[in-house]
Amino acid sequence: MRKVVALGVGMTKFSGKQDKTAVELLTEAAMDAINESNIKPKDIQAMFIGNALSDFCEGQGQPHAFAADALGIAGIPANRYEGACASGSAAARDAYLWVASGYYDIVLAGGTETAAKMGTPLATRTFAMFSDSRYEYASGLTFPGVFGMLTNLYSTRYGIPMEKLKRQLAQVSVNSHYYGARNPKAQFQKEISIEDVFNGIMVAYPLQLLDCCPFTDGAAAVVFASEEKAKKLTNKPVSVVGIGQSSAGNLASQKEYLPRLRAREIASKQAYDMAGVKPQDIDVIELHDCFSTATLIALESLGFFEFGKAAEAVEKGKTKIGGKIAVNPSGGLKAKGHPIGATGVAQVYEIARQLRGECGERQVEGAKYGMTDTLGGDGGTIVNLILKKG
Amino acid sequence: MEFKLTFKEYNEALKQNKLLGLKCSCGRVSSSPRMVCPACGSTDLQVVELKGKGKIMTFTSIFVVPEGREPECPYVIALVDLDEGAAIMGNLSSVDPNKVSTDLIGKKVKMSGNAVFAGDKYSAGEIARPLFSLES
Repeated sequence: MRKVVALGVGMTKFSGKQDKTAVELLTEAAMDAINESNIKPKDIQAMFIGNALSDFCEGQGQPHAFAADALGIAGIPANRYEGACASGSAAARDAYLWVASGYYDIVLAGGTETAAKMGTPLATRTFAMFSDSRYEYASGLTFPGVFGMLTNLYSTRYGIPMEKLKRQLAQVSVNSHYYGARNPKAQFQKEISIEDVFNGIMVAYPLQLLDCCPFTDGAAAVVFASEEKAKKLTNKPVSVVGIGQSSAGNLASQKEYLPRLRAREIASKQAYDMAGVKPQDIDVIELHDCFSTATLIALESLGFFEFGKAAEAVEKGKTKIGGKIAVNPSGGLKAKGHPIGATGVAQVYEIARQLRGECGERQVEGAKYGMTDTLGGDGGTIVNLILKKG
Repeated sequence: MEFKLTFKEYNEALKQNKLLGLKCSCGRVSSSPRMVCPACGSTDLQVVELKGKGKIMTFTSIFVVPEGREPECPYVIALVDLDEGAAIMGNLSSVDPNKVSTDLIGKKVKMSGNAVFAGDKYSAGEIARPLFSLES
């Protein structure tokens, strides 16, 4: 396997319902990534695109093929990846593998989603399709419901009274909005307070509105190139040094592990081992904070804090820039937004720019290693990537 | 190789208040049908009827529902740890969704019946799920 460099990155504004289509958003993000890579579209040999729901959002299948045509490169192989909310990361991981293997020299990974276009009832229905439709959706399971259940289990398993845990969870969302307010591409660029979280409607006990990420329209893209090609194209290389991916069945099948998600522990170990690093070597992470509790579960499974200790760590500021580990300086899914097929690639976008030192007032100074963490469904697809400056 | 227990067979039995599962020759019991035992890798699985008794592993009350489920809102979902060792998801029918707390976790429940999701244009037909009630 040869070294692979993340060259240019691109990302549209993330927001509620946009006038642009999923194909238009993807093509714009891709063109930005291509331009930043100092290449032309014709230099792209293949496209790997994360997209979960454009069939439902717009009645559009194969957005990857139409985006390739819009970029003037119809004729190259283009694939779509569906791994629920980790679709973009699964696409990026495979894109990496094709370059690392030597089959291609330059590929584009991207993701696009226009989930906000669906409105809340249909979006809630379609997101629930990523749970087990036969054995768990019949009970009326929703994604906030999955994490509501994990929150109640977390509280009991680790002996944290719900009232205390709720304040700690609210701090997760407050942190996300603090950074989102400093990201011009974020869906929510407004700080919130713990009281704002407590004033939200109840979505799925005990999670209230601001414990939950929004539905979002947006797209992101990254160009991966072999080291040899990249040398001529950039003087600020960022390398992919670790990858991991894992899967799991329905929630009931994960009984022995909950509230831990074993798939994440498998995927992240693969990535750490491949990169030859440990959690303490990571300077900045973009992790899958689809719900406030999801942040705690991720921080523990990834090895940043002991099990049951992440809530306290958040409360003490250990997950902010300057703390033990800088978490979601982009604002994360909560404040930046969560266009599900694009999310994993948007995480790569942020980490690449952090490692290049281009993030302005939300910059993690001197960051050398960055990591992405993307969760699809209730553990069905989990992908971790580790990137390194240089 | 065919499934020993299919969704259709499981679903039809559940509509008759019979909760089917699979028991492997190694002793592992699974609730939803599968081809291979997750514990030992064997395909030597037998269809068994589960008693529908267990403890609440975790739960939630749903207040924002998917399109098509509006008439059911709000409702309580429980993940139940069955006495046979498998977990299963169902609704908790004897608890007010507005008055839940983590005190529910660990409480004994039994299957009191089933409810059928009539299906929507995405679901390819009716799907039953177990209803549980607290044991007094």
